[in-house]
Amino acid sequence: MLSPTILIPAILNGLLTGAVYALVALGLTLIYGVLHIINFAHGALLSAALFATFFGYHAFGLDPYLAIFLLAPAFFALGYGLQRFVIGPASHGEDRNMLLVTLAIAVILENALLYVFRADTRTINLPYAFETIDFGFTFLAVPRVIGFGVVFVVALLLWLIMSWTDIGKAIRAVAKEKLGAELVGIDVAHVYAVTFGLGTACVAIAACLLIPTYYLNPQVGNAFVLIAFTIVVLGGMGSVPGALIGGLVIGVVESLSGLILGESLGQIGIFLIFIAVLLVRPSGLFGARA
Amino acid sequence: MKGIIPIAAVIGVLAAVPLVVQSNATLNFLVVTLLIALAGQGWNILGGYGGQYSFGHAAFFGTGAYASAILQVRYGVNAWIGFAAGIAAGATVGAIIGGLTFRSGLRGSYFALVTLAFAEVLRIVASVAPVTGAGVGTLIKLDLGAQAFQFQSRVVFYWVILTLVAVSLLIARLLERSRFGVWLIAVRENEDAAMALGVNATMVKFGAMVLSAAITAAAGCFYAQYFLFIDAGIAYGTWISIDALLTPIIGGVGTVFGPLLGALVVKSLGEGAKLVAGDAPGLDLVVYGIVLVLVIWFAPRGLIGAVVDARKWLLRRASRSVRETGHD
Repeated sequence: MLSPTILIPAILNGLLTGAVYALVALGLTLIYGVLHIINFAHGALLSAALFATFFGYHAFGLDPYLAIFLLAPAFFALGYGLQRFVIGPASHGEDRNMLLVTLAIAVILENALLYVFRADTRTINLPYAFETIDFGFTFLAVPRVIGFGVVFVVALLLWLIMSWTDIGKAIRAVAKEKLGAELVGIDVAHVYAVTFGLGTACVAIAACLLIPTYYLNPQVGNAFVLIAFTIVVLGGMGSVPGALIGGLVIGVVESLSGLILGESLGQIGIFLIFIAVLLVRPSGLFGARA
Repeated sequence: MKGIIPIAAVIGVLAAVPLVVQSNATLNFLVVTLLIALAGQGWNILGGYGGQYSFGHAAFFGTGAYASAILQVRYGVNAWIGFAAGIAAGATVGAIIGGLTFRSGLRGSYFALVTLAFAEVLRIVASVAPVTGAGVGTLIKLDLGAQAFQFQSRVVFYWVILTLVAVSLLIARLLERSRFGVWLIAVRENEDAAMALGVNATMVKFGAMVLSAAITAAAGCFYAQYFLFIDAGIAYGTWISIDALLTPIIGGVGTVFGPLLGALVVKSLGEGAKLVAGDAPGLDLVVYGIVLVLVIWFAPRGLIGAVVDARKWLLRRASRSVRETGHD
């Protein structure tokens, strides 16, 4: 019924899509690992980044891949500012309040986009969007292959930052023991904001990688972020390798269940995994604790 | 008795509104506001008194709305029985979600995430399942008359929803006074300490979830009767999850009147924004989001908490000035 000639391309395409999911999830898991809250504004930030890429292309003819170098720092600054000047001071150090503030930011961003751009769905037409690479046994779309490569470069960069730089060490220290880090003189508010900025920059890069083959509307980020939640929960909240592997797994699961069950039910498969993991093993596959 | 008098007074004043104002637009605004207040009171039972912040109360609202509508449309069940069945269905969904999540010990971020995911799953199922009318939605046939829970006059609808809100206020007040309510508040303040004192935290949270779901489901049932149309995006949409948590948090989380006050303030601001900037999709929600951030920032216990704090501060200042003059 399902011959390898259908199955293998489906799996490979799933891996390629999964890599971009993994990048969105990476941002989420980074923030969770340090701040111990789920950033409910993640999806709305992704939508905002997609619109930014879209307008960079339409207004200035800026290629989405080049836009990475502009948008990643810009969204880093946005994330930094949001955490440092809004989420942090507004939530009085209470996790419950932080959740609510990120939710409120999601509502504001998403509806501001809806107000300005209406609910229309848009796409951009890049000359190379439909080019493929012939691997002999299958064809893969060029933008997806590029996306896959970029995700791994970004993951490597993040790993280098975390391992070798002072700020990386400070982030790891705060994630492990906030009070202790504060006592040795680490500026926790700054570290929180840097982490939030890095998470937001991941989303901006993901947007640049998505836009050549995807569409955008003010709610588009939500679809990704629910998948990203699933990945993060599956891989273990706060675990970076977990997010990468989880992303690839979910990409393949989605691709295969879409092939077998059809598009709309394929999505339910993801949520069922999500709920099952949360109920059976909330710490995920790679997480240390719940 | 003491706690009942303010409720009676507030409901009495609200009940008299249609005697003064008869404009359809105003009544419609008030009906929707009370509907949100009812959904918010449901959230308040679990989130306000129990400290479990749900981001997916649409799961209960939507189940109530769909259950009552489907029973009427497809099975010819009487609307009032459908209404009761809708509440029961919402409570059942609450029991399932509560049973699964609290048994696994999910709290905080995880709890918010699971509730959100359940609401999303239900929304996707409702948008493809034939019994809900899938993408087309469910339309309740127009059949004006008290036996069909449909009224020609908005005033009657207004009094019906006001009655439901009154009941929800009484439930919150009774909860505050009951042993169960004290357990629930103890769990909110410190779950481990409450358990150490012998409170069965899982059962208490479970009970609060079922009650909370039932109240929010009642708001869903009313929505279906009032608008006679629901689809997956309305019934299980994020808008209701947000409105349900917005109103108690803005009004005063864990207080009897918080959701009602919050709904009045939030919906008035939404209407005000529309007057200023024209009716465009998204605008009212932008305003809600900003108000939510500002309230958490500057009045973490909501408007009622802010009023209480301000009064205490004034009293303290007054007593200090009395003392100082006494020293002279």
